[in-house]
Amino acid sequence: MARTIVITSGKGGVGKTTTAASIAMGLAQKGHRTAVIDFDVGLRNLDLLMGCERRVVYDFVNVINGEAKINQALIRDKRSENLFILPASQTRDKDSLTQDGVGRVLEDLSKNFDYIVCDSPAGIERGATLAMYYADDAIVVTNPEISSVRDSDRMLGILASKSRRAEENDEPIREYLLLSRYSPKRVHNGDMLSVDDVQEILSTNLLGVIPESQSVLNASNAGTPIIMDQSSDAGQAYLDVVSRYLGDDLPQRFIELKKRSLFGRLFGG
Amino acid sequence: MSLLDYFRVSRRNSAAIAKERLQILVAHERAERNRPSYLPMMQKELLEVVQKYVDVDQNAITINVEKDDRHEILELNILLPEDQPQPRKVGRG
Repeated sequence: MARTIVITSGKGGVGKTTTAASIAMGLAQKGHRTAVIDFDVGLRNLDLLMGCERRVVYDFVNVINGEAKINQALIRDKRSENLFILPASQTRDKDSLTQDGVGRVLEDLSKNFDYIVCDSPAGIERGATLAMYYADDAIVVTNPEISSVRDSDRMLGILASKSRRAEENDEPIREYLLLSRYSPKRVHNGDMLSVDDVQEILSTNLLGVIPESQSVLNASNAGTPIIMDQSSDAGQAYLDVVSRYLGDDLPQRFIELKKRSLFGRLFGG
Repeated sequence: MSLLDYFRVSRRNSAAIAKERLQILVAHERAERNRPSYLPMMQKELLEVVQKYVDVDQNAITINVEKDDRHEILELNILLPEDQPQPRKVGRG
């Protein structure tokens, strides 16, 4: 039986797809068979971040409608043999996703995978609610910024009330907070909410803090999940996130302001 | 205190302001979310009953549910017209 993880946020542009790509790749690299599904029908982007946009033949909606077998639609990642991508449909509208259809695909995948990562679209429309409906775990991606925090709180409320687990009175979805685009310097200067502030407001288990980093854009430009760039802070932070998700107890590494050396201070390094 | 320090202090406040605004907003929105779904209908029906006897308008009634660890409080507030006695409060433990 696979464990289904939804990457959600409510607000757009906070780093859901970046997170889904990196967590899926991280789980695969640790030896777990992982499928990552793009739920953003009509606006797919996971294929781009995973670098497989030119290998898309069939998509999620084709599988739901029985126009393709799941194995025909899954794209095997070229870097990790444990990782498969199920792209969203680019042409159909969001109503082509049905609760039964999504349930059937997830059940099918569940037989062959350890983890199913669901990349939710922004908003609270059908794609987003279906991405979370069958989840066992939820990673709520939040930026340290008021509208993102507010939307995350709203998503936490929906997770607690409108999922299969909630409807069937099952054990609730395990919720995790992932704070991304964090700038310790701006927090230090007092113009960004700190990790403690956000946690105090949302009171959700902190899975990790991803520092704001230029390398995230470089990675998406290249179609490489940022977790594969272990020379970058953000890549290392995602690796920590995956390890923590799998049960390791690691300290948060990127929330303190970096101490600059005398050399750095003199030469602006 | 230099001019630069002055700006630093004013900037330090912006995260604090954000936090305070969020705390108020989130608490409010959570309370709204946790309201029982029958509340709007109950409010409407209660108002109809009150209007049979007293000439109150649509906004004269507010209804609120508060929860803590031990009990739930259903608070019903009906504002009677000026020449009537003070608003009444009916509570349930």
